[in-house]
Amino acid sequence: MSPFTKIAAVASIEFRVALRNRWLILATGVMTLFSLALTFSGAGGLELKAGILTLAAASLATLSVYLIPLIALLISYDSIAGEVERGTMALVMATPISRGALLAGKALGLIAVLAIAIAASLTISSAAAIFAYGMDMSGLAAIVRLGLTGLLLGAVFVAIGLMISVASPRAGQAAAVAIGVWLVATVLYDLALLAGILADKEGVFTKALFPYFVTANPGDAFRIFNLAGLENAAPVSGLDGIANTLPFSPLYALAGLFAWLVAALTAGYFQIRRLTP
Amino acid sequence: MTAGTAQTPILKIDGVGVTFADLKALQDVSFDVAPGEKLALLGHNGAGKSTLFKCVLGFLKPAAGRITVAGDAPGSNHARRSVSYLPEQVAFPRMLTGIEIITYFARLKSVDPREALPLLDLVGLAQAGRRRVGDYSKGMRQRLGLAQALIGKPDLLLLDEPTSGLDPVSRREFYEIIDRVAQEGAAVLLSSHALSEVEGHIDRIAILSKGRLVADGQIKTLAEAARLPITIRIKAREGQADALRDRFGGTRINGRSVELSCEPAGKIDLVSRLTERREEIDDIDIALPSLDDIYRFYSNLAEKGDAA
Repeated sequence: MSPFTKIAAVASIEFRVALRNRWLILATGVMTLFSLALTFSGAGGLELKAGILTLAAASLATLSVYLIPLIALLISYDSIAGEVERGTMALVMATPISRGALLAGKALGLIAVLAIAIAASLTISSAAAIFAYGMDMSGLAAIVRLGLTGLLLGAVFVAIGLMISVASPRAGQAAAVAIGVWLVATVLYDLALLAGILADKEGVFTKALFPYFVTANPGDAFRIFNLAGLENAAPVSGLDGIANTLPFSPLYALAGLFAWLVAALTAGYFQIRRLTP
Repeated sequence: MTAGTAQTPILKIDGVGVTFADLKALQDVSFDVAPGEKLALLGHNGAGKSTLFKCVLGFLKPAAGRITVAGDAPGSNHARRSVSYLPEQVAFPRMLTGIEIITYFARLKSVDPREALPLLDLVGLAQAGRRRVGDYSKGMRQRLGLAQALIGKPDLLLLDEPTSGLDPVSRREFYEIIDRVAQEGAAVLLSSHALSEVEGHIDRIAILSKGRLVADGQIKTLAEAARLPITIRIKAREGQADALRDRFGGTRINGRSVELSCEPAGKIDLVSRLTERREEIDDIDIALPSLDDIYRFYSNLAEKGDAA
């Protein structure tokens, strides 16, 4: 049997455990509620300069930056540290599966959970919007783009969550670190950048460095890529204004997300090779 | 030498030492296990049994010495294909069923799950296969752990206190399965903290004490080598206890009894001298050293060594 069979075996077990622990239903439920709420609240004062789904894509891009990393970290932080703590990991690691295949299988199983949650929530909210307000083709493309890049964002944070989980001796500690990472990545990083702009007053930081700092953050990179794709069709504010004035192609933001994914998986791989269950 | 050494050992442990910070967890431990042989590794909690198992599995790298599993380094792909492991507190994801667990481990071991699932029958879990492991009793989890360890006919079974928490009936069934597997050629290394528990089920014992191997051999050989005294308790007829004590020595206990101890070699001689005085004696009890006495004797050797 090839290593892929073993990766698939780990992924399928990881997915089943997430399913039976109600993570899948919880993630799908929360995301569906939020996307329905944002889709229809965006349509409130609808003076249709842009289609309903375009507006929804803009507000979902902003919300997903918080929600997707949070769910990704919640489903992954326990995945390895918890198994080591409960004693289930020693048995798995005694079998002839490579540590890399084990990490890859776990990542794939958890990403599958996110894929279903994202696809289901966007499908339900978009179908409801189309049913209520009619078709919006360009908006639908924006939603598809949002879903695919949202999955990439989720994969990045699953990889980060697994990396935290491998490096933590206890599941409780992994949880604390994961919440810390989430706070920094989604809130504190942006606040620090805003503080930098206010202090800098149109200096070198604001003009030359700021766009790079923003795209270096996976959440911001995801948001900027999606908002840039809407081409001014939806109103943006705050940090997101940069989406329309990037000094480089938004594709670099996407490349940044891939780079995060590769970096987190690589770091996790080197950690799991040294793990003693 | 021991029974299996004619064959190439499946597990070779040679001068292994492991140190955690300033604790010497294992010091210069050496022994082999041959195919078909059942060896029990005995020791108190903290004697180094689990540490040694972790070395054999490749989880820990010994600071000194060398281990080979089926001719390869522990943790290598070939070694992991040859070894199956049952940890002391076996645990599985609670949300999965017995069938799912066996299917999962069969895939990890590159074995067709259809070949592995009958093992649930073997360990008596056929009825419980569709239930979640979270609902299993400790004994059932241990049986599932054994079924998992038997997947793919491993060359070496590494069982860490496998029968702790099992009731006597399950324990017997457990050893019957181990016997069968060993007869088919697998080497079995199991750890335990009681000699009485493994007696009759294993070919050889090795005793670890404070990280050092203090004994390695068959129970009978070790018992003879220890030369532990035999205890003879005499129940005297009314008023004869003091006379018996004066004649044979020993100590008076609870009213009418006298307790003597003698070397194994002097047993027959002492008993024949006692029967000459049979009109003074009501009853005689002969107590051979128990397995736990033998175990304690070897365990204490290491401690005396420390004191010296």
